[in-house]
Formats: sequence, structure tokens, C-alpha cells
Amino acid sequence: MTSARRGVWAQFRTHRGAVIGAGILIIAALAVVFGPHLWSIDPHLIDIRARNQGISFAHPLGADRLGRDTLARMLAGGRVSLAVAGAAMGLALSLGAVIGVASGYFRRLDGPLMRLTDLFLALPLLPLLLVIIALFRDALRAAFGPETGIFILIASVIGATSWMKTARIVRGEVLALKEREFVLASGAMGAPTKRIIFRHILPGVVSPIMISAALGVGDAIITESALSFLGLGFPPDFPTWGRLLYDSTDYLQQYPGRVLWPGLAISLTVLSINYVGDGLRDALDPRARG
Amino acid sequence: MGTYTLRRLLFAVPTLLFISLVIFLLLDLAPSDPTANLPLTIPPEVRQKIRESLGLGQPIHVRYLLWCKQFFINEPLNVLDALLGYAGDSDRLRVLSWQTRSPVVDLIVERLPQTLWVVGLSYVIGVLIAIPIGIFSAYRQYSWFDQIGTFVSTVGFSVPTFFTGVLLIVVFSVGLGWFPSIYDTTHRVTDWSSFLVQARQMAMPVFVLALYNAAQIARFMRASMLENLSQDYVRTARGKGFRERRILFVHVLRNSMIPVVTIIALGVPQVFGGAIITEQIFKVNGLGQLLIVAIQGGDLPTVQTLTFIFAGLIVAFNLVADVLYGVLDPTIRYD
Amino acid sequence: MKTALTLIATLCIFLTAQAAYAARGADGHLRIIYWQAPSTMNPYLSGGTKEIEAASLVLEPLARYDQNGNMKPWLAERVPTLENGGVSKDLRTITWKLRGGLKWADGTPLTSKDVVFTWKYCTHPQGGCSQSEKYNDVKSVEALDARTVRVTFGIAKPFPYGPFVGAQAPIIQAAQFADCLGARAPRCTDANFKPVGTGPFAVAEFRPNDVISFVANRNYRDPAKPAFARVTFKGGGDAAAAARSVLETGEFDYAWNLQLAPDVLANMKKAGKGVVISSFGTLVERIVVNLTNPAPGLGKERSTAKHPHPFLSDPSVRKALSMAIDRKLLVEIGYGPAGRPTCNVLPAPAIYKSTANDACLKQDIPGANKLLDAAGWKRGPGGVRARNGVKLSILYQTSTNAVRQDFQALIKQWWSKIGVETELRNISASVFFGGDPASGDTFQKFQADVQMYANNFDGTDPESYMANWACKEAPRPETQWQGNNVPRFCDPAYDALIAKMARAGALKERARLAKAMNDMVVQAYAIIPLVDRGRVSAHAKTLGGVVLNTWDSELWNIADWRRVK
Repeated sequence: MTSARRGVWAQFRTHRGAVIGAGILIIAALAVVFGPHLWSIDPHLIDIRARNQGISFAHPLGADRLGRDTLARMLAGGRVSLAVAGAAMGLALSLGAVIGVASGYFRRLDGPLMRLTDLFLALPLLPLLLVIIALFRDALRAAFGPETGIFILIASVIGATSWMKTARIVRGEVLALKEREFVLASGAMGAPTKRIIFRHILPGVVSPIMISAALGVGDAIITESALSFLGLGFPPDFPTWGRLLYDSTDYLQQYPGRVLWPGLAISLTVLSINYVGDGLRDALDPRARG
Repeated sequence: MGTYTLRRLLFAVPTLLFISLVIFLLLDLAPSDPTANLPLTIPPEVRQKIRESLGLGQPIHVRYLLWCKQFFINEPLNVLDALLGYAGDSDRLRVLSWQTRSPVVDLIVERLPQTLWVVGLSYVIGVLIAIPIGIFSAYRQYSWFDQIGTFVSTVGFSVPTFFTGVLLIVVFSVGLGWFPSIYDTTHRVTDWSSFLVQARQMAMPVFVLALYNAAQIARFMRASMLENLSQDYVRTARGKGFRERRILFVHVLRNSMIPVVTIIALGVPQVFGGAIITEQIFKVNGLGQLLIVAIQGGDLPTVQTLTFIFAGLIVAFNLVADVLYGVLDPTIRYD
Repeated sequence: MKTALTLIATLCIFLTAQAAYAARGADGHLRIIYWQAPSTMNPYLSGGTKEIEAASLVLEPLARYDQNGNMKPWLAERVPTLENGGVSKDLRTITWKLRGGLKWADGTPLTSKDVVFTWKYCTHPQGGCSQSEKYNDVKSVEALDARTVRVTFGIAKPFPYGPFVGAQAPIIQAAQFADCLGARAPRCTDANFKPVGTGPFAVAEFRPNDVISFVANRNYRDPAKPAFARVTFKGGGDAAAAARSVLETGEFDYAWNLQLAPDVLANMKKAGKGVVISSFGTLVERIVVNLTNPAPGLGKERSTAKHPHPFLSDPSVRKALSMAIDRKLLVEIGYGPAGRPTCNVLPAPAIYKSTANDACLKQDIPGANKLLDAAGWKRGPGGVRARNGVKLSILYQTSTNAVRQDFQALIKQWWSKIGVETELRNISASVFFGGDPASGDTFQKFQADVQMYANNFDGTDPESYMANWACKEAPRPETQWQGNNVPRFCDPAYDALIAKMARAGALKERARLAKAMNDMVVQAYAIIPLVDRGRVSAHAKTLGGVVLNTWDSELWNIADWRRVK
């Protein structure tokens, strides 16, 4: 097993894009975790004299329309965006993969699970969110405090409303995979279901899951900002990448730099996950490893 | 496959009824008020009267059954009357929007052309671009074409449409003056020059949406092709000396289409759902704008009707996808 | 002789008609953009500003307000007053006389029967008419002759200009709406979308929530007007896009209500295609203080008069919150030329404007700190003040809106300087301003310590606006949380002034009372006024005749608009 894992790692390392992508993700994670300690300006601090300032020594990425430091807000915002996106995507992928595999592999579960998927696809998102928030906001706020409570709420809301695509795709792949010769053969030789799923089915659906992950992270960052416009997200003075991008869209002509940073951060994150996914797919494919 | 399809179709009826009930309960539970957008100068007593005149005072099961009657019985009868050329029964109550006080179905019919033109066309273009790009990227994995494709598609789905839309307007409408920033829904195509006007006003919203759709589909196409290209049967076929083109387009492509069919089938209902943000930015005022304005205005009959039609399309196209799986890969069996 | 005269008369009419047709419609096509799209053309069924303004191209009232807030006869010959005998001595009746020769767009004459019908339409108990408040206390409306209408009130009405005055209460055609009374109102889709009016334009096509096409009314009373033959009234999008289409791309001629950051608007103006116009009315952005306790533990009695607020019931805390705010900076950041700092909830018309509270215009953080020190609020850990274990910790909510979120951030910082800690919350406007009794997030339920929004009143008479803060108006469970007294302010002396104003006839006395009420509610710091907000719109440089009016529809004088070079 350990040798197999070493093989995966060796294969992954040869994929230049994947290594760079992983590097960027690690740097981003380190930056948002430790950055605020090194760059200690309070992201909420309003310095009215620095309004709309460009790049300067005091504000390396400039200051926004209220004179808040953009670098500090990018770092604080990245922490929230990456955490929310990671948690929501993890939840959506696990839900999607489990439901997809279950309904693709077990014929009896297919009907009920896919009708559930249809239902979730059909529910209007906005009213659903309003209901969830009305029901759970105060309870979670009381149990975990305003910030952790809202974080749990947002990550689970985004996760719970975005697993359906992954589930449908995984199911379609599983339906085809389970009729392939090597799977049938393995079943005929008496391999337990669990083993078949983990050895033969799951590796076959890794690549659509990885793409869903890349898509999901981008979507989650944007959805989080959309939620805060509905008043469902973090408090309005709480910076996140999606929010920074939206707020600066009106200033596109005057201060193009202000749109650049959050846009770049989101795109780089998604791009990196894409490449990491590519590398992982190649590395996990036993045939490619030879 | 035939009996499977028939069984699924029969089962779709209770499923859809159940979905319609869940949507109704959800909308009722969500905080909304049809008078929320009125100026604060209108006093609370008057607001209460308005709500009562909309039928909000009645218990929920009465309202749900009324909607069912209006939507499942009266609306089809109305369509029938129109087809047969009857004047129609004016006392037969149709589903009325609370905002406009006019039949919701008429509103939807009015919005369909621009939605199909802009959102539908962009989806078709997106699919047509994405599939060849996906195939070629996979076939020449890590070539410069693949690298650029990956980069562009990542940008395509990681940069939100609210930003790309405004960027295009600033560059092409404000800066260069090539395209209008506001879509004219009353424009009629009658000749070549009016067709050009239509093409110009559609250019930017179609581009934004097509990019977004193509990016996603191309990624799935590429991954699925890669998965299949490394399968044993491809080596076998090559060993047997089949022509490369035949291997690629007949065997690999056919087996790779399953996830792509899933994605496309999931996307078609969304065409009818409209593109809320893009429609808003370019003022296309299609079905997406109708839905969002109805949600903001607490116009429950409109939201309920639109969402339900949307649900019907989802159920239908997921069924189509399931049937297509069987066609693409005959080993798939459901029964 | 007789035939000759007839001939000359006919000829004259023919000639003037010819001349008129030359001018009417000569300027072609006018394009207007409202970033919120009208959903109906019947203002009695909607009540939204966008619907009222769209309808004002077609439907007209007997009298309306001009840009200075003065009443102007419109379909009536003159405005009835006590002096000219139009209003009876006992203030119970008002008699309107229509102009002669008025015609609907379909060519039929407008008569006093239409006026009577309008009243019946809007006051039908099942109609759900959104302007029924305008017809409050009306006992009867009678047609005395074809051109004379008498409105009789059940009580003495010192200000009898509710019915048929202003863009909110126009006259509709009896013939068209005869079958649309009460519960049948929503079934008249054709009438609601294409009302026949007396205004300068008539509806050619109405696409709800999207676009309206108008053509010039052939039967408009002034044969030389309107100058435009067609109007396209597009809706949808957002304020920035609407501004861009007039100021930068020139695709539209007029854009409504451009609530944008002043520097964004200023930058768009540089393109040189359009003009930004603004005008002030009675709209005041304010912070409303919750005088009752919003603690979640109180259940149904949350935010009711049974439980005073733990610290905001202390007047010195409320005063300190107001003193810490720099209103000038708020205006500079949020509204620019379209805003003015204010210390009154009743900022206009001029005769009602109090000067007693102007000290608030200057930010005074040291003063606020001193005040809190004196009241025994001591700074604790983190610099947050507390007294007897009660911390000055505030939940500050408002609707989602870029300017409001900037204000929240700024005010939070100022309040932190006086030892008050603030948690911000924004709520989607459709929930915040909605009246769903099941939702806790409405501004009337007020489950927060302070909240910010704007409010104003229709027309120029503040009587009903000032009556908002009567004790009985407080939202509470018994009223299904409806009511205008959002701060839950309650002072018997204030209620007495309201009763006095309802009886006072002389304008001077009414002004004195209104000012006294304004001072009372502001000096109690139940409401902290921030900004007197103007209306901002923009028009193309090639469009002439625009007079921005905040007292009536913005499009009130569209008959006079014309193309200029």
C-alpha cells in the first residue's frame, strides 16, 4: 500500500502544472493563515485620508473607497473565502459522490435517490436560503457565536445545495463502469461489494469529481458573496474575495487595480485546483503509471 | 428500455405533484411580502387590505389547491380554447401574477423569445465549441492547445458573469461603441439590416454565457476522453489496426459522452430558467429577470409557476439523459 | 351670414389643427430608462413609485405639485381654497371645477362622472386599492354638473387635498373601468396595462416588468404638445447601468433615481453626453433607536413596550450615539451633491423646517465621551463601556445597499471611539421592508438595537407623517407587528400635539405644531436623522425642458420636454 502511495506521489511530481498548482494553493493557504499576523493593519480600520489611494508604501495594494487597506482585506477575505469554499466543496463532493455511487451501483436506491436529486435541482435557491437562515441563524449564533455560527451555516448551505450535479455525473459513470468486464469479473470471482466500489468504481470517477471540485470552489466563493448581499452571509463589513470583487465592479473604470486583486486571487485558486486535479487523475490512473 | 421509459413517465406525475407541494410550502415558509417594495408612505392598514385582496388571508391548503386547479385544469383548458378558436370562458380564473395582475402564463410566453434567443443560443454555441475543444485537448494532452484551452476555460468559469458582463460593456459599449449596452426586447427582425441590429445587441450577452457554458462542458469532455483513451479497448483496437479516426470518433467519443450528456441535460432546463445575472446586466428581461423580480416582489404565483415548469423540465431532461445513456452504452441496463 | 361664420370657424380650427400637428411629435423618439421596471400601468393596483411615474404619462390628477411643492391646477380650472370659496367654512367640503373641453385619448369627453367613479374604484372594499389612504374620511363625492365635483368629508379636513391630487391619485376613465370594480379589478388586464388617459401620451404596447411604448395622445388638450411622437420606457438592470446608458453611451435620454457613489457618477459625467440633476424633497436617511428590549429571550414580548431597552432607554447614550456621527462626511461619501446633512426628520417644505437641532451637524466625539462618563458608563475590557454589568454592545441592521453598508462601517468606527461596540447586519430589502409577520427580520419587528433606513411623505402636508410616532402606532403582536412608530416612542405630550394638528386650519399654526413635534422626537434621540436625501436623475444634453420634481412624478411635465441642439 505504501509503495502504491509512493507511486502516486512520484507520478504526481512529474506533472509540472500540478506541482505549481499545489504550490500556489499552499502559498495562498499560508498567506491567509499567517499573513494577517505579519501585515498587521486592521482590515476594518477606516482611514478617511487614504480614500481611493493607489499603490503606496503604507498600502502596497492601495486603499478602498473608505480608506481601508486592500492588502489587509485581501488576506482577511482570503481566509474566509478559502475556508468557506473548501468546506462547502468538501461537503458537496462527498454528498455528491456518495449519492452518485449509491444510486448508480445499487439499482434499488437509484429511483428514490435520483428523484431526491430532481427535487433539490428544482427547489428555488433564494427562498430556500431565506428559510434556512430564518430557521437556523439564531440557533447557530447562540451555540457557536456570530462568526463560527455563520461560517457553519454558510458552508453547509452552499454544500447542501450544490451536490446534485456531481451526483448525476458520478451516477452516469458508475452505471457504465459497473457493466465493464473487469468489474463484472471481479464480482464473479466473489469480491465483496465494498472492495469492488473502492478498487474499481471510485478510481474511475475521480476525474469528474476533481472537475466538480474546481468548478465548485469558484462557485462557492461567488455564492458566498451573493449570500452576503441577501443579508444571509457574514456581517457586511467582513471582507471576502467575492465581496471585494463585487464592490469594486462599479469602480472598474476609475480604479481597475481594485478589481484585479480579488479577481486574480479567485482565478488563480480555481486554476491551481484544476491542475492539481489533472495531476491527481494521472497519478491515480494505474495504466498511466504503467 | 421502452418499459423503463414508460414507468419513469408514469412515476413522474406523482413526483412532480410532490415537488409542486414542496415548492409551495417552501415559498410559504420563506419570509416574503407582496407589499414590501411599496413606498413606506403607504400605511400598514392599506397594505393589509392589499394582501387580503390577493387572497393571502386564506389557509395554505386552500391556496395550494386553488393554484393546482388554476394551473393543471384552467390553464390547459385555456390553451385548448385558444387552439380551437373559442373566445374562452372569462370567469375561468387563470394563475394571476400579484405584481402585474395578469396571467402568469402570458408573461412567460412574452419572455420566451428573448430567453431562447440569448440564453438558448449561447448554450447551443457553448456546446458546439466545447465538444471539439474537449476532444482535441484530450487527444493532444499537454500540447499548447490544451494548455491554452485549460487556461481560458478556467478563467471562463472562475470569473463571475457579473464582472465579465460589466467589463464587456465598459470596453465595447462605452469605449468602442460597437455594441449597445441595453437589449431592446421590442426589436423585430424583418430584413437584413434589422437582423444585424439584433445580432449586435445579442453579441455580448451570448458571448458571456457561451464562454461560461463552454468552459464547463469542455472540461468534462476532456476528462472523460482522457479516461477512455487509456482504456484497454483502445489499445486492443489500435493493435487490431483500426484507423485512428475511427477509434477516436466512434469508440472513444461514444463512451466518453456519458458525463457530457449528463451536464448538457442538466443545463437545458437552466436555459428556460434564464440567466439571472446576465439578463440583469444587459437588460435582456427574459425568464430569469421575471423570476428574480417575482421573488423580490413576493409574487408567489409567478415564482411557483415558473419554478414548477422548471421542475418539469428537470425531470424530463434527466429522463432523456438516462435514456441516452442506454443508447450510448448498450450494456447499461436499468431493469 | 351664418354659414359664412361657420365656414370661417371651421377653417380656423382646421388651420390651428394643421399648425398643431406640425409641432406635436416633431421631435421624434424619447427614450427613458428606469432601472426598476413597472409591472402595471394602474397606480391604484400597485402603489410603487415606478408604476406611479410610468402612469403619470397617461393619467392625470385634478391638481399636482410643482418643483417647489406648490399646488398647481392640472385637470381642474383652479385649486379650491378657503379664500376662493372652493373649500367650505367648516372645512368639510371641497368643490373642484374641471377645465372646459377636456377629452380622453379615445376622444370622449372627461366629465365629473369619471371623477366620482375614480373615488368609487379606489374605495371599493375588495379592491385592495393601494392609494385608499388618499380617500380617507371622504363621505361622498358627487357630480354637481358635468364639470363640477363636490367632495364631502366626514370630519373637518384642514388639508382637503388628499383625493385626486398628486401623481398617486389620478382620474381614471369610468367607461373603461366600469366592470373592474372590487374583486374584478385584476381581471381587467387590458385596462390595467393600457389605461385610457388625458395625459400627453397613450400606451401603444405594455410589456410588464420590461418595456412600455407610448405614442403622443392625439386628443391632448394642448395641440402643440407633446414634442415627442414616441416614448420608449425601458426598465430593468441597475442604477449604474442606467446612468451609463445616458451619461456614457448616449443610448437613452433620461435615467431615473441614480443612487450611486458620487465619485462613480462624477466619473461617468466626464464623457460629456449628459447632465446629472438633483432636487430635494422630504426623504431623510435616519437611524431609528429601539427604545424597547430586543433580547431573544423575551419571546413574544421582544421589542415591545413591556420591556424598556437595557441601555438605549438612557437618553444620554442615545445622545452620545448621535454626537459621534460626522454627517458631513457621510454625505460626502454616500451622496455628494444629492445629499445634505440634517438634524430633522421633517426637513421640508421650508415653513416646516426646524433650526433648533442644528448643533448635531458638528461631530463631537470628546463631548460624547464626556456625556457617557458623566452618566456612569465606564470603559471596561476592550474599551467597551459598561454600567452595572450592562455592556454598550449594539446590533445595527439595515437593508442591503452599497451606500448603507459604507455608512454602517463608518458609524461602527465612530461608535467604537466612544466605547460602543457594534455588530453589523444587512438584510435583503424585500425581507427588511416586508410585512411578513413570520419573519423576524422586518424593520417593524425591529429585533435589533438600532436600524437605518429612509422615509418621507407624499405631497407637502406632514400631518399624517408626524402622526407616525403616536403611542398607539407602535408595532406589537396585537397589531400583527404593523405600525409606523418603529422606535416605539411614546409621549402623551406628543400625542396631544397630533390631536391639535388634526384640528388646526391655519398654515402658520400647523407649521408651528409640526416643528414642535419634530423637535420633540429628535431631541428625545428616538430617531437620529443623518442625511436629507435628494433625488438624482440624469438626462442627455440634447433633452430640454426637464424640471426635476420630488413632490410629484418626475415625469410630471413631460409634455414640455423637447429636443435641443
